[in-house]
Amino acid sequence: MTEVTEKLIPKDFVTDQEVRWCPGCGDYSILKQVQTILPDLGRPREQFVFVSGIGCSSRFPYYMETFGMHSIHGRATAVATGLKSTRPDLSVWIVTGDGDSLSIGGNHFIHLLRRNPDVNILLFNNQIYGLTKGQYSPTSEQGKVTKSTPHGSIDYPFNPIALSLGADATFVARTMDRDPKHQQYVIKRGYEHKGTSMIEIYQNCNVFNDGAFETFTEKSSKKNETLMMEHGKPLVFGDTSNKGIKLDGFKPVVVDLNDTSVNDLWIHDETDLLKATILGRFYDDPAKENHFPRPFGVFFINSDKTPFEVLMSEQSEAAKEKGLGDLNKLIAGRETWVVN
Amino acid sequence: MTTAIDKDLESVVIRFAGDSGDGMQLTGTQFTNATALFGNDLATFPDFPAEIRAPQGTLAGVSGFQIHFGSTRIHTPGDMCDVLVVMNVAALKANIKWLRKGGVIIANSDGFDAKNLRLANVPEAENPLNNDSLSGYDLKTIDVTKITRLALTDSGLGVKEIDRCKNMFVLGLVYWMYHRTLDSSIDFLKSKFQKNESVMNANLKVLQAGWSFGETTEMFANRYKIAPAKMEAGLYRSIMGNQAAAMGFVAASVKSGLPLFYGTYPITPASDILHDLSKYKNFNVKTFQAEDEIAGICASIGAAFGGSLALTGSSGPGIALKGEAIGLATMLELPLVIINIQRAGPSTGMPTKTEQADLLQAMYGRNGECPVVVVAAQSPADCFNMAFESCRIALQHMIPVFFLSDGYIANGSEPWKFPQTDDLPEIKVQFAKERKADDPKFMPYERDEKLARPWAIPGTKGLEHRIGGIEKQNITGNISYDAQNHEEMTKLRQDKVDLIANYIPDLKIDSGEETGDLLILGWGGTYGALKTSTQQLIEQGYKVSHAHLQYLNPFPKNLGTILKNFKAVVVPELNNGQLVKIIRDKYFIDAYAYNKIQGLPFMSSEVVAKMKELLNA
Repeated sequence: MTEVTEKLIPKDFVTDQEVRWCPGCGDYSILKQVQTILPDLGRPREQFVFVSGIGCSSRFPYYMETFGMHSIHGRATAVATGLKSTRPDLSVWIVTGDGDSLSIGGNHFIHLLRRNPDVNILLFNNQIYGLTKGQYSPTSEQGKVTKSTPHGSIDYPFNPIALSLGADATFVARTMDRDPKHQQYVIKRGYEHKGTSMIEIYQNCNVFNDGAFETFTEKSSKKNETLMMEHGKPLVFGDTSNKGIKLDGFKPVVVDLNDTSVNDLWIHDETDLLKATILGRFYDDPAKENHFPRPFGVFFINSDKTPFEVLMSEQSEAAKEKGLGDLNKLIAGRETWVVN
Repeated sequence: MTTAIDKDLESVVIRFAGDSGDGMQLTGTQFTNATALFGNDLATFPDFPAEIRAPQGTLAGVSGFQIHFGSTRIHTPGDMCDVLVVMNVAALKANIKWLRKGGVIIANSDGFDAKNLRLANVPEAENPLNNDSLSGYDLKTIDVTKITRLALTDSGLGVKEIDRCKNMFVLGLVYWMYHRTLDSSIDFLKSKFQKNESVMNANLKVLQAGWSFGETTEMFANRYKIAPAKMEAGLYRSIMGNQAAAMGFVAASVKSGLPLFYGTYPITPASDILHDLSKYKNFNVKTFQAEDEIAGICASIGAAFGGSLALTGSSGPGIALKGEAIGLATMLELPLVIINIQRAGPSTGMPTKTEQADLLQAMYGRNGECPVVVVAAQSPADCFNMAFESCRIALQHMIPVFFLSDGYIANGSEPWKFPQTDDLPEIKVQFAKERKADDPKFMPYERDEKLARPWAIPGTKGLEHRIGGIEKQNITGNISYDAQNHEEMTKLRQDKVDLIANYIPDLKIDSGEETGDLLILGWGGTYGALKTSTQQLIEQGYKVSHAHLQYLNPFPKNLGTILKNFKAVVVPELNNGQLVKIIRDKYFIDAYAYNKIQGLPFMSSEVVAKMKELLNA
């Protein structure tokens, strides 16, 4: 990494292209937050690469004054793997949506996570297909009535957090478009993690799925319906921070802090996979009685797994320990003969 | 001492056949090495089943290896064999059709017992060793199993391990028959089994036993001498097509100074390229076995964006999956080599059998107008040249290039007068240079005289830009849905391919005169068979010539002229007529299609017969 000589500002990351998302789209906020934090990461602009697939979110690279590739549907993860494997010096970002990463690109998504190259995934989850004008997505709730499901979707949705933990992701987090500060915090932490950072961002599609996350984002319900996880802190939520999560064996329970001490609550530990797995399963329909709040923040970090490109480079370097290969020797092989 | 009388021969074809667990491929390659080192010219043809271990003793499990070697130039593995070695009755049944009348059969009698007869669906009463069904051949029956077991009674090995040495007996015997030394195989066994001395010794002992059997038995009236071939002076090695391709790619990486990245997914018959490249990490080679074919090519596109010499490889079914990404690479205008080791299709088809049926897929198999460069290797050694060429074109023209090979040349082998590194041309590559704040804005789709755009790799100051699969404006690269622009860009991408005709060699007549009655126009792995056939026809007085295309898109500039110099043109192909369609389309000539679609290469005899039919019509 070369030193940044002049201090960059968010405007340095804005392109001359007109942003063409629908007015009111949650994508604007994500673009803004990314452009806001990049100058603080201490890297020169030319080292950033944004790779995307297809979908509304995947237009993102066109609006970032960095290197970028708008690839094909579902494959940004694979493109990024090849790029990072050969250019470990770059900061590689994948911008994808719920359809792009979990439907057509589902296979590459899980394999990226298991290989763990040091790249960052921004998964814009709006629970709908926007670019194709409103079909249900792999994260849409069952029963959803869309253009392609007039009688309601019969598919059960994917839970991206549980899926990622199942694929052995080393950084798993969730944030939302309507909370810029939280978004910036989570994305920055994802950037700092050495390994693949999977950041799910709840993003409102105000045209085809308006209000999908309003329970979590609206002031009136946010405190009661969300669980803002912080490492080393008890899991507290509620209008007046009056509720908490306690572990009864492996069973999480919601408790009232009027009759349970904060000291008895579950203390969030980002390095605990088992607990992250339980939190990842807090995926209830908020309309359901006795549901758990939806967690936001960092579920899990594993810093022990060496990134893919590091392992690949190590093998390359080990092979070159006795010097670079001799092409003449390679071509000649073991047995030759002379014809006079 | 032997009573066998030495006889001189110009060339011989031997086919080794047995159960896929009998080690016939190993026997064949060992004999090939010894023969190459002796100085004969040769060509080989492995013919194996798709199943790794099909039920033992059955017809489905028969694996064969044919070698044609001689004191003259050899261009094909031979039509019919002179000697057929069969380890069991199934191998005989599956291969007898390839043995010429009067040819020698060496049969392992143990492989013709009741069990083997049953497995091969031969009634016990009809054991071919005991009736006169093989009376037209010179049958040598040897109980290889029994002799091998006897030789290894004191080896301490189990029966299973002992029986696995049978192929070495056959190899030793055939070495004796053709005056080869055991040296190269002794070295091979010592190195292969260095960690297992008892198995090494057992194999060495049985190899020697096979040789000694020939020396002591009176079964063989003759031994044969095949003098070294008169070949161009120089240093040679034996090479298989996939090996040569892998080395050609490494050579291009060295000569361009770029690290090589190979993103792929295992598939027959392309996997050996991955196996080889993965061993060459000391050459700045990175290999990536992706989760599927699509990820393989997409990772390579990522690597190409980052400045690597990027390749992806597969066979037909995998290429089908890569189609959309090839379109992306075409739009991005990044260098990328797509390797297709063709096999018989469609769908899974016949994975271990050869075919040339993916030419149209390479030419047209994508959505939209999506021209790419297509080159094809014509022999095992030529895989090196064309692999190198495919990289040169991709890098210098910023374009995806198809490298076509096929199962026949990929697994076939021949002697190769290999080049020295200094003989190979440099591949000059220049990345776009860093820009300062007050320099004019970088234009990612500005073009040079070849219509190639700059290769602006991430990490270079001032070159920040976006590329993608959406139609773009020329020069700026900005997204554009403008009607006129799309037509211009489509024509431009075509022009870019067409211009490459200025940077490739002219087509040469390989055999025959510049004009004549008939031009035999081939491409790919049929080279050897067409060359042999043409030479035979010329010897018989026909005015026939053969030209072979290594560059299929664009064609060499002089192809049209060559076509006009002949009264008729025939295009023999191992498909249902693909190159011939393009030739007819492009040159408006009434080219004749001659096709074989059996998963097998052409035999020169059938080509000669067909050409005579055409010439005499």
